Amino acid sequence: MHFPHPGPQEAPGRAPALLLRGIDKSFDGHRALDGAGFRLDWGEVHALVGENGAGKSTIMNVATAVYAADAGEVIVDGRDVPLRGPADAMAAGLGMVHQHFRLVGSFTVAENVALSLRGAGQKVSVAEAARLLAARAAELGFRIDPAARVDELSIAERQRAEILKVLLLGAGTLILDEPTAVLTADEAQALLTLVRQLARRGRAVVLITHKLREVAAYSDRITVMRQGRTVLDAAPAEGLAMDEVARLAVGEMPAAAPRIAARPGVPLLSIEGLSAHRGDGSRALDGLALELAEGEVLGIAGVGGNGQPELVDVLSGLRRPGGGTIRLGGADLLTASPAARRDAGLRVVPADRFDSAMAPGLSLAENLALTGVASGRFGGRWLVDRRKMRREAERLIADHEVRGGGPATPASLLSGGNAQKLLLAREVSDGARLLVAHSPSRGLDLRATRAVHGAIAEGVARGMACLLISEDLEEIMSLSTRVCVINNGRLSAPMPASEVTPERLGALLVGHA
Amino acid sequence: MTDFFLAWLTVLPGYVLPLLLASLGVVLSERAGVLNLCPEGFMAVGAMTGALICLAGQGPWLGVLGGTAAGLGLSAVFGLAVVVFRVEQTLAGLATVALGLGITGVLGRSHVQKPFDGVPRLSETSWGAELPRVLGQQTLMLPLALLLLLLVAWFLTRSAAGLRLRAVGEDPGAADVAGVDVQIVQLGAVLTSGAFGGLAGAYLSVASAHVWVEGMVAGRGWVVIALVIFARWRPLRCLAAALLFGGTEALMPRLQALGVDFPVYLGAMLPYVLTLAVLALTSTRRGARSGAPAALGLSYLRQDKH
Ligand SMILES: Nc1ncnc2c1ncn2[C@@H]1O[C@H](COP(=O)(O)OP(=O)(O)OP(=O)(O)O)[C@@H](O)[C@H]1O
Ligand SMILES: [Mg+2]
Repeated sequence: MHFPHPGPQEAPGRAPALLLRGIDKSFDGHRALDGAGFRLDWGEVHALVGENGAGKSTIMNVATAVYAADAGEVIVDGRDVPLRGPADAMAAGLGMVHQHFRLVGSFTVAENVALSLRGAGQKVSVAEAARLLAARAAELGFRIDPAARVDELSIAERQRAEILKVLLLGAGTLILDEPTAVLTADEAQALLTLVRQLARRGRAVVLITHKLREVAAYSDRITVMRQGRTVLDAAPAEGLAMDEVARLAVGEMPAAAPRIAARPGVPLLSIEGLSAHRGDGSRALDGLALELAEGEVLGIAGVGGNGQPELVDVLSGLRRPGGGTIRLGGADLLTASPAARRDAGLRVVPADRFDSAMAPGLSLAENLALTGVASGRFGGRWLVDRRKMRREAERLIADHEVRGGGPATPASLLSGGNAQKLLLAREVSDGARLLVAHSPSRGLDLRATRAVHGAIAEGVARGMACLLISEDLEEIMSLSTRVCVINNGRLSAPMPASEVTPERLGALLVGHA
Repeated sequence: MTDFFLAWLTVLPGYVLPLLLASLGVVLSERAGVLNLCPEGFMAVGAMTGALICLAGQGPWLGVLGGTAAGLGLSAVFGLAVVVFRVEQTLAGLATVALGLGITGVLGRSHVQKPFDGVPRLSETSWGAELPRVLGQQTLMLPLALLLLLLVAWFLTRSAAGLRLRAVGEDPGAADVAGVDVQIVQLGAVLTSGAFGGLAGAYLSVASAHVWVEGMVAGRGWVVIALVIFARWRPLRCLAAALLFGGTEALMPRLQALGVDFPVYLGAMLPYVLTLAVLALTSTRRGARSGAPAALGLSYLRQDKH
């Protein structure tokens, strides 16, 4: 999908939209940025790539004055006036789509948009914000309900809300921090096409992404960061090999996990007539049915917000189903407690790791042991065996190449990719018979994605079954043995992976939507 | 029976309004994310200052204003501590109460038990002599309090500043990125809560008792904190909660006046028991949210990882 485009239309002599030089930034002694630099010119889409924890988000947070740098200079549009906070950055024309969305959970989408538009000095009411929002969403083909409370939305819907919020600001310089992580291919294409048009009309865009295909198709220049340093500085995208970019960004890549062969084993999971409702009473799952055997990966593709998080919550026991059956190896799990499900071999990796899977304030060792304490794996009834926890943690951290901390580090300090590796290390480790994974590689760099996929493939090779729910078709196609599509809480008939092509799947996705 | 009911209705505002006013202040502060345990202190300084001004012959309305200002002044100390210096909010709140009670003890000692002319009842005004007794016994504080209630409710749900304030209490990080100055909003909310607390205190001495005694707030400030939780941080529900609580409290002296033999301590318990019962009943309803602002009690630092 590479179409020719004219180069950036630089106004000659105009100062860069954004110039960062020699930026240092440490968090509690940990050096996140080490003399990093970045130069963004008007009229260009500038891709910023790098592995998890390279400092991409941090340098952009410095640019928008969310973080104060320890050293270095930030020059916005040639004006050397220091920004004292996000409000100043907004006034200077910077708009940022944050990787960890900055949306008020208990507000509606429209209220969030009104809040930020007002912060930017536009006097709009919530009703007007809702209208603007709906118009922009229609333009991009984004499905969103302006009146929905943000904390009742799926991650994909929140992503759309965050993007629309920033687009509506009309900022001259747009910074998009992994905007497409949970969007479908069509949504991502619509968004990236739009931002490139904006750039062609003279604005400036920073695109942070792990998807090199987007980099190749949409960017004019590329900057690569590694361990807090800029290792490739604003190189023109024309004629730059993506393999080279990948090597610069993440070093040598581990081999991709081999395709999982379909060898239908003993039937394991059987779901029939499953229904569930959302917090607002609308129907999220509508008579959903599926069968899954050991050693199989059933990929569930779909546009975010079609019942995916509800399915995960019902399976993990966090949401009460309206009706139906869930049988795992003969045991009826429909109303079983989360602990009983775990005993039956059910493991869940939700889309938001810190929401219900891990405790950010606890150490890595404690997080790893969290699910094993009740079963007595780490000591008796009253006391825990901290030494055993530590040993076990050291082993898992080494085996799964979790970087950025030891057993005593708080989980909140890990980068997204490393936190995800940690969670998978715990979930596929012992007695896992069925893994339910929702967007397991969301926000992960290429190497971490491969590591996570490798961990899943390894479990499946041992006979584990996996229900893989993802908006990312590439992820679905690389892991699944069978694939189906979720739409309005129902599944399409599954087809064998060998018969799936992106076009067929894409047609199924839009055909229903 | 109607006599009894009318008598109860007549004294009702005296019990309800101080609770209502102070709880509106707490709602504003806590919807902005600042845990506010101070009302007992705000009310104490408000009651004393109002009384001192009246005793100095400045007139009741200046007394009300002075009481309000005193609450505001004390809240400035609290606001400085929690918003600017990020002192832990529970501790700072308790310290503020102690400070308020201490000040009133020191400054007010020589003015205890001296009656003065407070806010006139409507029947005592030139135009209100004809009013029926239930209304005639009230003061202008009644419409004022109701007006303030509507104002706060409107402010929170309809105004742009209210939207900003709620955003700060729910997610200061998101509010910050949206260009809201988190500290200014929180400071403003705390100061307003102090003014409301001071006004509630001034009501006790200047509009209701027309005398000041040490400890006259008598735990109402603590009741207010529970009341706000009960009202799920919504202004209009604060009125309902204040009516429930103040209403049962107002019942006791009436019953005694009727000669009903009712153990005093049991009677004093009744408002609390009733409030608890209603709370338990309403929270078992499906889908009920506690309504607590998500960032209540957390102090916000921009650098922190969220
Ligand atoms: N607020 C913070 N407090 C402490 N550490 C932080 C904070 N923000 C970032 N870090 C650390 O700084 C480093 C750089 O993080 P950053 O989020 O910039 O990486 P990134 O390149 O955006 O990675 P990813 O691709 O995972 O988003 C990481 O080690 C991270 O854990
Ligand atoms: Mg990042």
